Amino acid sequence: MSRNTSPALALLRARIERLERPAERRSGVLPLGVGAIDAHLPGGGLALGALHEIAGSGGDAAATLFVAGLLARLPGPVLWCQGAQGLFAPLFPPGLAGAGLAPDRVIHLAAGEEKTVLLAMEEGLGQPGLAGVVGELSRLPMTASRRLALATEATGVFVLVLVRREKGEKPEEEKIVPNAAATRWRVAPLPAPRPAWPHPAWPGLERALWRLDLVRCRGRAAASWMVEACDATGCLGLAGVLPDRSAAPLPARRARA
Amino acid sequence: MVAAADRAAARLGIRPSDGRPLGLTLAEAELLAPGLATAAADPEADAKVLHRLAAWCLRYAPLAGVDPPNGLWIDVTGCMYFCGGEVGLLADLLARLAAGGFTARAAIAGTPGAAHALARYGRTESIVVPQGGLAAALAPLPPAALRLPEGEAAELVRLGIREIGALAALPRGPLARRFGAATLRRLDQALGRVAEPIMPIVPPAVLAARLAFAEPLSTAEALAAAIDRLAETLCRTLERAGQGARQLDLFFERTDRTVIALRVGAVRPTRNARHLARLLRLRLEEVDPGSGVEAMRLAARLAEPFAVGKRFAAGEGGESDLAMLVDRLANRVGPERLYRAAVHESDVPERSVRRVAALAPAGEKTWPPQLPRPARLFAPPEPVGALALLPDHPPAQFVWRGRRRRLAAGDGPERIYGEWWRNDAETFAVRDYFRVEDEVGRRYWLYRRGDGADPASGDGRWFLHGFF
Repeated sequence: MSRNTSPALALLRARIERLERPAERRSGVLPLGVGAIDAHLPGGGLALGALHEIAGSGGDAAATLFVAGLLARLPGPVLWCQGAQGLFAPLFPPGLAGAGLAPDRVIHLAAGEEKTVLLAMEEGLGQPGLAGVVGELSRLPMTASRRLALATEATGVFVLVLVRREKGEKPEEEKIVPNAAATRWRVAPLPAPRPAWPHPAWPGLERALWRLDLVRCRGRAAASWMVEACDATGCLGLAGVLPDRSAAPLPARRARA
Repeated sequence: MVAAADRAAARLGIRPSDGRPLGLTLAEAELLAPGLATAAADPEADAKVLHRLAAWCLRYAPLAGVDPPNGLWIDVTGCMYFCGGEVGLLADLLARLAAGGFTARAAIAGTPGAAHALARYGRTESIVVPQGGLAAALAPLPPAALRLPEGEAAELVRLGIREIGALAALPRGPLARRFGAATLRRLDQALGRVAEPIMPIVPPAVLAARLAFAEPLSTAEALAAAIDRLAETLCRTLERAGQGARQLDLFFERTDRTVIALRVGAVRPTRNARHLARLLRLRLEEVDPGSGVEAMRLAARLAEPFAVGKRFAAGEGGESDLAMLVDRLANRVGPERLYRAAVHESDVPERSVRRVAALAPAGEKTWPPQLPRPARLFAPPEPVGALALLPDHPPAQFVWRGRRRRLAAGDGPERIYGEWWRNDAETFAVRDYFRVEDEVGRRYWLYRRGDGADPASGDGRWFLHGFF
């Protein structure tokens, strides 16, 4: 593809860019702190004035901790809208504090119904001082995601939707319903390395490992990485090369535009 | 004549005469209960107390009225968020009235007529009729519950119609011919076929603004514009008085002479017209303008001194911005659903967190960072099937919700003792917590009730308490 350098075209390109105003240039990005992932993402991180979907299972808290770690590294209060009972187990603030998200920064809303979660999220988006808004939903349909995405474009608030992955499904077989989220992630635990302490037959726990799947990102291919779970300040770590598995990143399954 | 009697007297057979000519006289009552405490009836003082009570009832809803001689109306439409639901509202109302020395019965129903009937003739002293259950709730009551004209209830009973259900099943034409339109209207009012406005009392609110319209308004846009104007007027009044509003009532006077109302609250006293107007506009969808709204009145039901200096000292308005968000959320979903977590000094995990108000000042303390805690915690803990070979080892596998999880690694135990000062059952209670990881990497927080050796410390059953 040859690059046309005609001044009229360049002018047109600049105008389209101004009209499109990608979120990562409008309100900045939050780097994940892992070079390989940030290099893959447009702008070098998660766009702040945009909507991101994070899918996790109801049987572990990896996605929850991933969200808490992201918000821990941003200044300001957070609105966390908890979903229906049975969607995820109730949040435990000491655990969030362990990922760096202090309890006095989080305003919890026991929303319950999905309708209320969406309504409260939209209210929260109208408040520019917030570090972020989190909503727990069973899934994020197109219409709701578009409303949230438009609202966040106007105020520049960081929005994370925590959705539940269907139980027992393999990630490869999951059907992906389109929505308007800027990026869509899947967070799942991986077996951590086992130190032979205190006992070779009964190893202790090291820092947890997660598999991060970037399922969809505008203009980028889908990709997967293996990372170390966030630490007490919310920072992820790049997982080292392990004897029993390949180094990060894991091979991409399907490329998506 | 006996005009009124309390419950103790009623048990002795002393019942008020209710204006009937053949009621109980005082002499007869004293015969039934020697040493009866009596007081002269004072209907005027009673009416005054009833008015005062109605004004007090405005704490529950913006519209309340008197129903002489001994009844009160409260229009609780759209006010449930502030009181913990309908059942909570009635329990609170009756408890407060009882504490004030009043014997009361109460009912919430879809129509004033039905609530009136159920409060007086219902089986229990507090009744909440669910939506759609109106006819069923009314059916077993006697016709007298319908506020029928003099003598007609007795006439109906004489004809064998002992229940409202039977009355409602009769053909309307003959019923109207036999008993007149008034009977039919009472029945229709109770069943919600005909609207019945209640006459609200108007409290002497100093801080209020009213706007009357030449042409009745019915569109949402027009009502929203009127809200903006009222909020501006009220905020100027508040400013002159040096006050900020904590609770606002907005009344819509409709052309059919009924009044409907909205109530919104604010966490901090405010006189920001844009903020107040926005809170009210968020609730506008609940308002049915009917045939049109001819006047609107906005009153600051609760106002508090407004400190200008403090607002600006908070810096950049960040904190008060948050207060506005909390207000908007609280008015839409209910204040009791919004909270922040704070540290509570307890080793027992589920007790180590307490809920504080969303805008409570930040606490100094934090949870001990060296003790890892799960991000999600089951309340109550979920029982799992597990067996550990040694008391200080976690199990090798456990079964939760019908699925077996094989464990590959773990840390523990972390022993947590019961709080003997709370209750006797916890005196010797012990929980041994283990952080474990299964073969696919999921991390769980398991505990065993008891130390695994001494039965007094617990029965040795295993529970899943949370996820990391």
